Amino acid sequence: MSKYAPKTEELKKEFEEKKPRLLKGKFDGMDWWDIPVEFRDGNWCFPAKPEVLDELHFPNPRKWAATDKDWQLPANWEKTIRDGMKDRLKRFRSFKVFMDSCVRCGACADKCHFFLGTGDPKNMPVMRAELVRSIYRQDVNAFARVLTKFSGSRKLTPEVIKEWHMYFHQCTECRRCSVFCPMGIDTAEITMMARELLNLIGVNNNWILAPVANCNRTGNHLGIEPHTFEQNIMSLVDDIEEVTGVRVNPTFNRKGAEILFITPSGDVFGDPGVYTMMGYLLLFHHIGLDYTISTYASEGGNFGTFTSNEMMKKLNAKMYHEAKRLGVKWILGGECGHMWRVVHQYMATMNGPADFLQEPVSPITGTKFTNAKATKMVHIAEFTADLIKHNKLKLDPKRNDHLRTTFHDSCNVARGMGMFEEPRYILNKVCNVFHEMPENTIREQTFCCGSGSGLNAEEFMDIRMRGGFPRASAVAHVREKHKVDSLVTICAIDRASLTPLMRYWNPGVSVYGLHELVGNALIMDGEKKRTEDLRENDMAGFEEDDDE
Amino acid sequence: MRKVLQPLLLVLVLALIPYVGVTYGKLDYLFGIIIPYTAVAILVLGMLWRLIDWVRRPVPFRIPTTCGQEKSLDWVKTNPLESPSNPFMAALRMLSEVLFFRSLFRNTKAELHGGPKLVYGSHKWLWLGGLAFHWSLLIIVVRHARFFMETMPMPIQMIDSFDRFLDVTVPAFYLTDAIALAAITFLVARRLSDEKMRLLSLSTDYFPLFLIGGIALAGISMRYVTKVNIMPVKSLTMTLASFGFTAPEPIGALFYVHLFLVCVLLVYVPFSKLLHMGGIFLSPTRNLPNDSRAKRHVNPWNPDIKFRTYAEYEDEFREKMKKAGLPVDKQ
Repeated sequence: MSKYAPKTEELKKEFEEKKPRLLKGKFDGMDWWDIPVEFRDGNWCFPAKPEVLDELHFPNPRKWAATDKDWQLPANWEKTIRDGMKDRLKRFRSFKVFMDSCVRCGACADKCHFFLGTGDPKNMPVMRAELVRSIYRQDVNAFARVLTKFSGSRKLTPEVIKEWHMYFHQCTECRRCSVFCPMGIDTAEITMMARELLNLIGVNNNWILAPVANCNRTGNHLGIEPHTFEQNIMSLVDDIEEVTGVRVNPTFNRKGAEILFITPSGDVFGDPGVYTMMGYLLLFHHIGLDYTISTYASEGGNFGTFTSNEMMKKLNAKMYHEAKRLGVKWILGGECGHMWRVVHQYMATMNGPADFLQEPVSPITGTKFTNAKATKMVHIAEFTADLIKHNKLKLDPKRNDHLRTTFHDSCNVARGMGMFEEPRYILNKVCNVFHEMPENTIREQTFCCGSGSGLNAEEFMDIRMRGGFPRASAVAHVREKHKVDSLVTICAIDRASLTPLMRYWNPGVSVYGLHELVGNALIMDGEKKRTEDLRENDMAGFEEDDDE
Repeated sequence: MRKVLQPLLLVLVLALIPYVGVTYGKLDYLFGIIIPYTAVAILVLGMLWRLIDWVRRPVPFRIPTTCGQEKSLDWVKTNPLESPSNPFMAALRMLSEVLFFRSLFRNTKAELHGGPKLVYGSHKWLWLGGLAFHWSLLIIVVRHARFFMETMPMPIQMIDSFDRFLDVTVPAFYLTDAIALAAITFLVARRLSDEKMRLLSLSTDYFPLFLIGGIALAGISMRYVTKVNIMPVKSLTMTLASFGFTAPEPIGALFYVHLFLVCVLLVYVPFSKLLHMGGIFLSPTRNLPNDSRAKRHVNPWNPDIKFRTYAEYEDEFREKMKKAGLPVDKQ
């Protein structure tokens, strides 16, 4: 296991010792602003390298670490933060209303996965917002400037910046707290603002900004150049042929295709994401879809979202730009979490209107996707659910009998889009064993993997394993009760981050993409006798010598 | 404890001011006429200013928190209230928040059990306490209309008699008086009994609870204990209702304590967390339909951003692309 996380047993012991309490430590008689901020191994992400900042024209490139005493903030940083805050309060009603209307009822307190896992009081969403609100009050309320302790306001100091850096990078913008807030306050919104502000003075995270720089230059977070991108997918095509005997034929940057398919680059390069990619390729081949994949718009995800709304727009712009250049009719999007928050709630607003595209219609079933008629981008789960509903897929769910599944709703797809039924419908059609996790841990109440919003860094493992604990605890429940061994998800970051999380808390549970299971179940024309799934694991009841 | 005692002390001091002023300073006119008009003016102008200030700020993105299935394929069952697809349903969703505290109704309590394992229990006390508090305050305010009108309109009369249906005391006991006091007690006790709440609560969270508690206690004492003479009170409130400036007849210091604390509350609203009564209507996670893929939402300040175009990309990678057999726009 990672040197940046305690051993599972140590963390278990910590939890056993404080149960049933959630808070870690004693705070009686203390004010929250007196609790010190301590950076240690495993609770901070490495800052962006100077060359990354140079490439992005971001301010204050330098070598530094969160554990340094002096963070080398730029001259006049206080003014930069204050002016930046004023500017954002003007542009975002959400920010202003959320600063003004919290009553500190505490309903959000025990809803955050980071609070549940760390027991750190400043991880209660209300406290996280107070970190900013306490500075905001100074600027808008004369009484607050004088009655600091009474009103909970304070001066902007380098300590405050350190605190913001710590706690706005212990929020994955998952929006679970906002489900429970009687005022609808969304901490994701506040975290986005705080991260924008921190970026103005060069307080940042390399795991976010390096992918941003990569995506800008090469088209994807991983920095894969076009020829390598193509080669990698072609090697998956070889793997597919080996398992199924069928040669699929994806095309790249092809003008005149009907549909442009965009998915997170993690599906092209990362394990186990590549198996989901194989599932997509099999599906498209199965239905004879006229589609193409772009090496330029080769990233569904958008780490700009975790940086600033301008950067989100800049990276997202490539999707429409490429769709227009290739002359496709509409865009189909793969399984991803924050990608779908961006596509669903931001894309048309930022980079639309997409009047050069057509209202999406499934070429196979003729179904009009009226819910996507402005953005012109359809989620693969919507697309596949429609295919199955119209009996357009030949499926053998027995081919997934070696898996006992449960489904993890991705935060952004759940609370930033509202898609719950389609993936469940598909899952029930492609496998025979599916059990839901407890109701307070799924659908709109789903728990984050603990590594979303650009916090999937190795050096952040301690906080990641803690933040993922609520999800892991729910998986453990269905594992004990129903012997579940497969966690199915529709998010690339989930596939990358739930894998180590399961290894840490629930060894023996593997992580799958939904379309990987679709790929397993598809009965392809001209296929050979299938005995292995896409991971080349034996399927149950399909052994080589089994004559049925 | 400083966080709790300071606001408590503050409310006591505030209560003493009119008491001393009326008893020893004969400042009836100040506390009966001048301060109430000023307080109402500050409340109205203050709230108006806050509302205009909020509404002037744009909503750049459509960001509802979706708590149910979106409208997608025809055969997929949608949840129109938790994921509204049109403005009408979004309005209903917001009303369910304002009138019934929908989101608070979802509240759960997490506990760490052996294993270790997280367990979530339903926890509706905050919802119940909050609802009881806000609704009883509303009814109390509404039935105070009888002081400001010659004849009460039918609906207010009905509310009033319903509130008095437990006709066991003289004068008849108002149910909401008891509910409001019980709810305030619960809301304070809740902040004090839980260690998380103790840490996250500020003095400004206790202050309005104590203030409203003080108002209620003064009002209840007047009605049931000291039995204030209602005639001069009604004559003062009618004067206020008709924007008159006639000096009030002698009423008694307790009444002025009640009235002054109400004035403090009115003035406090626009500058404090009590703003939430307006903020909830403007919360973009609750008052917008989840239709941003079907209907383009416009951001009035959508910035012009220069992004890396395909042409620039191809310029950098053209040779590699050609070698890999990828199509290029320029040879």
